[in-house]
Amino acid sequence: MKIYSQENDGCLRLAFSGELDHHGAKSAMKTIENLIDEHLPHECVMDLSELSFMDSSGIALILLVRKRMSDICGSAWVENPAGQPLRVLETSGIDRVIKVCLKAE
Amino acid sequence: MAHTDYMKLEFPSKSINESFARAAVACFAARLDPTLEEISDIKTAVSEAVTNCIVHAYPNSLGTIWLRARIVEECRLEITIRDAGVGISDIKKAREPMFTTGGADRSGMGFTIMESFMDKVRVRSAEGKGTTVFLSRQIIRKNIVI
Repeated sequence: MKIYSQENDGCLRLAFSGELDHHGAKSAMKTIENLIDEHLPHECVMDLSELSFMDSSGIALILLVRKRMSDICGSAWVENPAGQPLRVLETSGIDRVIKVCLKAE
Repeated sequence: MAHTDYMKLEFPSKSINESFARAAVACFAARLDPTLEEISDIKTAVSEAVTNCIVHAYPNSLGTIWLRARIVEECRLEITIRDAGVGISDIKKAREPMFTTGGADRSGMGFTIMESFMDKVRVRSAEGKGTTVFLSRQIIRKNIVI
């Protein structure tokens, strides 16, 4: 799994690519924590459009990012999930605790 | 009815083997000509079950994970994932959504996702002896010619 990051005017954009499982989530969370500590953003956007697979470890990662952003009085949301990752998100009911923006048709 | 085809895997409880396990089962299931969604569902459930072995069954040590898959009744895939780890003291509790003993980096959604993505999920466990998770999924062949 790869994470591409871009910070612009207080908004940290994280683009996830590849497969997000327990193995990848461990190092991903450390990377994201370092990025949040470095930029102290007001907003964190997790773009899942290039994510091909995700299991419940991805749910935990998203919730940890949300909590981390909440701790610094910021907000976080998920953008562009599709296919299998979208089905996992829907099954988990995570949209009740974090905003999930679907890709516009 | 006797099974027509099967495969067995044995591997250490290293997290890098999560992708190996789900890819191996996906390759095995491919002979049933499943849809992409069916393959994705099976990979997701296998990933959850194997991750449970790595995180919960062997929390502080490496152990062995045994995975078997077989095809029965022509197009039903049955998967058994077994460990010899610490076991589950309360299976009913463990299967509740959002319940986890794995800390903040676990969501507690593993069994919920397995149950949503597969037709049947059965769990047997004994404390100190290990856990076996049985998964079953009927494959609707996409290229059946009538």
